[in-house]
Amino acid sequence: MAEDAILGFLEKNEKIADSGKFASNIGIDHNEIVNVIKSLHGFRLVDAEDIKREKWVLTDEGKSYTVAGSPEVQLFLAVPPEGISREELQKKVDPSVYKIGCSQAIKNKWLEMGKAQVSRKVQQVEDQVKDLLLRIQDGEVHAVDQGDIDALKKRKLIALQTWKSYSLTKGPNYAPKRKKVATDLTREHLQRGDWKDLEFKEYNFSAKGQPAEGGHLHPLLKVRKQLQMIFLQMGFEEMPTNNFVESSFWNFDALFQPQQHPARDSHDTFFLQVPSTTKKLPEDYVERVKRVHESGGYGSRGYGYDWKREEANKNLLRTHTTAVSSRMLYLLAQKPFAPKKYFSIDRVFRNEAVDRTHLAEFHQIEGLVCDRGLTLGDLIGVLHDFFSRLGMSKLRFKPAYNPYTEPSMEIFSYHEGFKKWVEIGNSGMFRPEMLLPMGLPEDVRVIAWGLSLERPTMILYGIDNIRDLFGHKVDLSLIKRNPICRLGVD
Amino acid sequence: MPTVSVGRDRLFAALGKNYTQEEFEELCFDFGIELDDVTTEKAIIRKEKHLEEETEEDEEVIYKIEVPANRYDLLCLEGLVQALRIFIGIDEIPKYTVSNIPSESMLKMHVKPETSLIRPFIVCAVLRGITFDEVRYNSFIDLQDRLHQNICRRRTLVAIGTHDLDTIQAPFTYEALPPYEINFVPLKQVKSFRADQLMEFYKSDLKLKKFLHIIESSPVFPVIYDCNRTVLSLPPIINGAHSAISLKTKNVFIECTATDLTKAKIVLNTMVTMFSVYCERKFHVEPVEVVYSDGKSSVYPDLSVFSLEVPLSYITGSIGASLEVSSLLNKMQLRAEKSVSRDGNSIVVSVPPTRSDVLHACDVMEDVAIAYGFNKIPKTKPASLKPIALNQISDLLRLEIAMNGFTEVLTWILCSYKENFSMLNRKDDKSTAVIIGNPRSSDFEIVRTSLMPGILKTVGHNKDHPKPIKIFEVGDVAVLDEAKDVGAKNQRHLAALYCGANSGFELIHCLVDRIMEVVGTPFVPIGDNSGYYIKRSDEPEFLLGRQANIIFRGNHIGTFGIVNPEVLIIFDIPDPCSFVELNIESLWS
Repeated sequence: MAEDAILGFLEKNEKIADSGKFASNIGIDHNEIVNVIKSLHGFRLVDAEDIKREKWVLTDEGKSYTVAGSPEVQLFLAVPPEGISREELQKKVDPSVYKIGCSQAIKNKWLEMGKAQVSRKVQQVEDQVKDLLLRIQDGEVHAVDQGDIDALKKRKLIALQTWKSYSLTKGPNYAPKRKKVATDLTREHLQRGDWKDLEFKEYNFSAKGQPAEGGHLHPLLKVRKQLQMIFLQMGFEEMPTNNFVESSFWNFDALFQPQQHPARDSHDTFFLQVPSTTKKLPEDYVERVKRVHESGGYGSRGYGYDWKREEANKNLLRTHTTAVSSRMLYLLAQKPFAPKKYFSIDRVFRNEAVDRTHLAEFHQIEGLVCDRGLTLGDLIGVLHDFFSRLGMSKLRFKPAYNPYTEPSMEIFSYHEGFKKWVEIGNSGMFRPEMLLPMGLPEDVRVIAWGLSLERPTMILYGIDNIRDLFGHKVDLSLIKRNPICRLGVD
Repeated sequence: MPTVSVGRDRLFAALGKNYTQEEFEELCFDFGIELDDVTTEKAIIRKEKHLEEETEEDEEVIYKIEVPANRYDLLCLEGLVQALRIFIGIDEIPKYTVSNIPSESMLKMHVKPETSLIRPFIVCAVLRGITFDEVRYNSFIDLQDRLHQNICRRRTLVAIGTHDLDTIQAPFTYEALPPYEINFVPLKQVKSFRADQLMEFYKSDLKLKKFLHIIESSPVFPVIYDCNRTVLSLPPIINGAHSAISLKTKNVFIECTATDLTKAKIVLNTMVTMFSVYCERKFHVEPVEVVYSDGKSSVYPDLSVFSLEVPLSYITGSIGASLEVSSLLNKMQLRAEKSVSRDGNSIVVSVPPTRSDVLHACDVMEDVAIAYGFNKIPKTKPASLKPIALNQISDLLRLEIAMNGFTEVLTWILCSYKENFSMLNRKDDKSTAVIIGNPRSSDFEIVRTSLMPGILKTVGHNKDHPKPIKIFEVGDVAVLDEAKDVGAKNQRHLAALYCGANSGFELIHCLVDRIMEVVGTPFVPIGDNSGYYIKRSDEPEFLLGRQANIIFRGNHIGTFGIVNPEVLIIFDIPDPCSFVELNIESLWS
């Protein structure tokens, strides 16, 4: 109705100068008119310009005086012509009326307020305040002069209210009757068959669509999946790594890592209070490990120290997945030899201070090949194969030290973005002092490499604080936003 | 694969043994053919006419046997019986002989040069002193049909004509003439047709009309005459009525015209080897000389054996077992002798004319393996990868849960002692948790026994994230286990949480049902151990009255419920949450 009124009026007239007046002329609430204007403006049927408007309205106090009269008049009327005592007068009127009425009546010189007695100074008064208020209430502000307005305002009987109205002209899409525009195609449209006549409201393509409600996988585990695929494509078999608690024996001793090695310090390794020690180890193998540490054998001089079983029995949280590799190689050695290619990607633990790039736990990627007559050339070849599948084809190798590999090589890759060589992992051939006590044939060699899962993921997704990637402080929005992992795809 | 229909009783009589159907199927399986269908003549007719009648007792049972597409010698009862009798070791390999006939008394087929315009090749042979009966006769006709259907490619490559030799007179001529010059009475007709009219006539013949296209548009038609200008046949369409064979026929003249000489020879060899068994002199075939106009001539059939030298190591190396090769090959109609040319490590295999399928040593090797029995060969396993079931299932479940609208989080395995126990309103009974002896900070005092603290911490740190929050984690916890060498083991858990304006309890309940559904476990009444059921629980970390245990095949594997508001306050979470955690290691087995 309001819409018809506006569009109809504009059909015959150039302009609606003031929507407020227009509303009161046609007897429709202005708020309703404003809603219609906003909608018509949105579809550009009308152009609307804001008019800021002000209006004097009565305060609650002002409103009450339009009924009861101003307090000064109330007070004046309460004073009989013969006068009255203050106490009596106070009893006759409301305390606020008494208070305000007194000051105004005195100001108007209507009453004589003696110490005990109150008496009239004039015989009759006009309630001008009430008249003014009524006039303002009726919208006849123009009939009230500025001095009165200021006085009423000062007495807080009226207040200025600002409100918005609009001046309206025809918009570019003006039509005397609005064509119904649709925002969506509905089942009803199809059932009625009126979809052919539909005009669609213009869609805002500069805004994004609604947020999706689907689930999301964690970026680190997406990368893990792709790495698993790469290993499988290269013919590697996954090792079972679901054992966080490990003995020092499998984590260190079996790897020919001496018991005084700094990595075995409590500064680097989480040792356990419960369960504190391992109860079962393969005794004959333990004996061979002890001997190779103490006095060597298999062509080695050994480390020449007193190997202590108690050290080997100490439980810890595995510091590397190579602990699992040593178990797997030991099992392999107990059967007729068959070559194997193993991999794992799982959690390891280091008792280190946490910072932007270090956590107390992270994921280690490990690959190893166990076969007769493997060479350093095989290791370099398999590393090139593996890393080029990750998009790193420019590699070089730096000699390094690792207690259980010899030779040991740090793997560097040239980062095209950083324009420099960055370390991406470690590799080497397991020492005979590790393999031969297990019982592997003498010509069997094992080449292996390892790296963290977090580092390539951080580079891949442009994350520079590891705590933004992994752990409970990660922003869920980041998990939801991250793209698919295409490692090993292109 | 071609199918050969043979009467069961006749087959068993010829094999000299009454097999049960299972026994016969077993024999077929080992030999590499298959009993496709068991039916009766009348049943076939009924099926064709779409009739439904009761089976009669006395109907002859027919075996439909599927044979390999390259074994033309198995397309008739005679060949099947011969191959199987030799395979089961009751017959020797037959030796086929081309009768020694002086050139001048040999039957001759003269080929006119015009034949090269339409169908250039012809090969012929004679079966002398054959004895037909109805069964043999039908088999003889059926074999021609099957050869026509298979190797002859519906007569385009080769067409067979068989004639009663005593009704015609050599020498014969193979000519190509304009259709209007050819006149004869075709088989099954009484009046004489001119060849072009005959073609018109056969356009309405259901069986023959599909062969007309082979010569129809040619200006000359191939035709075979005897010396009296009697038409033997108009290949590849029809024979003349005059020379038609019957049950009484004693001497059969066989001619095969062709566009492919090699296949023509195979077809002729198959016909004569299969049916020379019924000749007076068993396995003897009389040759025919085919003489070309340029004076060149060839004598057919060529029943010479093809010799193939095969290293024993190739055979045993390919099969992967050391076998008695010679005797095994004999079962497959292949004669084998030790080679003299090499140091005794090779065999010379004589491939008879019936075995045109043998092209290479690999065919010989296959026959050795068949004769030995595929299912007796010791198995060796090539290197292969075995996935870890736990990780595979975990990944599949992760995908399913993400598909249910949950977002994956990855939290730390280490946490503080408080977070694992008192903050969850749980008491430590000292029987579960792995405790670290030298933690650098209180964040790393213990290995989590539940995924709950990590998940709740994640919600606490994501207060500003739009609600609802739906997150999950699949990961390992560790628990003490005396049975393990190190005294502890990992356990794979799954946890999911809903946090929003309301608790989302029903959503979490629904997720539990969904997990069970994708694992393939039915929802069962309480107390039934064949599936899963949900039972009210009383765990301190959940709200009383809105929590339940998940019982899977009788075992309590997890709990879900509205998180106890006291716990929420401790983890600084202002909104209600529902949470489920279960051990997924027991979900499959």
